[in-house]
Amino acid sequence: MIKTDVVIIGAGPTGLFCAHQLGIIGLKCEIVDNLDKIGGQCIELYPDKPIYDIPAVPECTGEELTNNLLEQIKPFKFNFHLNDRVQELTNENDNWIVKTNSGKKFQTPNVVIAGGVGSFEPRKFSTKSAEKFDGTSVLYSIKDKTIFKDKSVAIFGGGDSALDWAIELSNISKVSLIHRRDEFRGAPASVQKIKELSKKNIINLFTKHSIKDVKGNGSLDEVEIKSEEGESKILKADYVLGFFGLIMQLGPIVEWGLNLDKKAIPVNTENFETNKKGIFAIGDICTYPGKLKLILSGFHEGALAARGCFKYARPNEKYRFEFTTASNTIKDRLGVK
Amino acid sequence: MAKIKYIEYNGKEHVVEVQNGLTVMEGAVQNDIPGIDADCGGSMSCATCHVYVKEGWYDKLPKKEMGEDDMLDQAYEPNSKSRLSCQIMVSDDLDGLSVYMPEKQV
Repeated sequence: MIKTDVVIIGAGPTGLFCAHQLGIIGLKCEIVDNLDKIGGQCIELYPDKPIYDIPAVPECTGEELTNNLLEQIKPFKFNFHLNDRVQELTNENDNWIVKTNSGKKFQTPNVVIAGGVGSFEPRKFSTKSAEKFDGTSVLYSIKDKTIFKDKSVAIFGGGDSALDWAIELSNISKVSLIHRRDEFRGAPASVQKIKELSKKNIINLFTKHSIKDVKGNGSLDEVEIKSEEGESKILKADYVLGFFGLIMQLGPIVEWGLNLDKKAIPVNTENFETNKKGIFAIGDICTYPGKLKLILSGFHEGALAARGCFKYARPNEKYRFEFTTASNTIKDRLGVK
Repeated sequence: MAKIKYIEYNGKEHVVEVQNGLTVMEGAVQNDIPGIDADCGGSMSCATCHVYVKEGWYDKLPKKEMGEDDMLDQAYEPNSKSRLSCQIMVSDDLDGLSVYMPEKQV
């Protein structure tokens, strides 16, 4: 059990800046994120797209913003728990017990939900029959590529994951690549490579096709694909891989007894606390009259939520407002003279 | 101003007047029409405002910009009439447009 002042759910810009504010006022926190990297939507959805509305930063990319925020919280040495998702929140006396997917447990008076639009999950095939094989022969990520050796593998998608794996697995497996249109969004060099492999009949390439059905008794035998015109083809397949990017889902958050308004959590605008004491929501996931889904709003919300956390983390102390320019205590925390 | 018809997957129709300069996505969200999620808020970064444009209308719309098809690859059941509604800007020319919602967005 890890004891801390605050658990932050979500390592996007809002969560990171809230961590900074907690560090400034002398609180500890632990940050959990479902992705395998830090940065949230900034990193997952638009790492290279320029952002123009961060105050005093005329232009930066999602990746630059993330790196700068990380630099800013470095002095506090907070722990990140990546590739992990908060599953359960239970109240115990004045604390929350936070349990994650991987079995980690935290004890904390405060939880700050900075979860964006939820956690990122792979988009799955819409065909019902694919569910039966989900996790065994219908896969959305690859952990161990050796299982594909000498097997027939049908890969769906047109992005880098689909292309890279098609190229990689064509060395050890019989690969079919199926994509819904003629153009690919993957790197031009990979697209070129795919076309060469297709010409040499090393890869079976089907463009303007999508999945129709997967079939098999017990184990997967074949996959049926259809063209835009509706014509079907049957391909032999031991494995079917889908790479359609990630979608955002609220996931377990809906089970924590929080008020929900559509996909957002209503909060008060004084400290961004939800209807549950000690649970705060900031960034895209929170809502209140006038809410703007801007990163800068998330920063403001995080700063106020941090002060809200102070009350429960240090019930016997009075919070003192201080400026970073003037306070020696803050300078000590930042490790600057 | 354009009258736009949003048709839910179950067939339920919503006709609303949408101001010029808004997107078809915003027209749905501002009028609480279900079926369009728009998780990313219109930055072409997700694919949860996906619609099928009615036959006959698809070719009349301004063409897709770079990147829209890439996002549509990640939509639920895209087809040749698929668009992201956040990328369709409303103008007088769109008066009478009909769009169909997919079965679901995620």
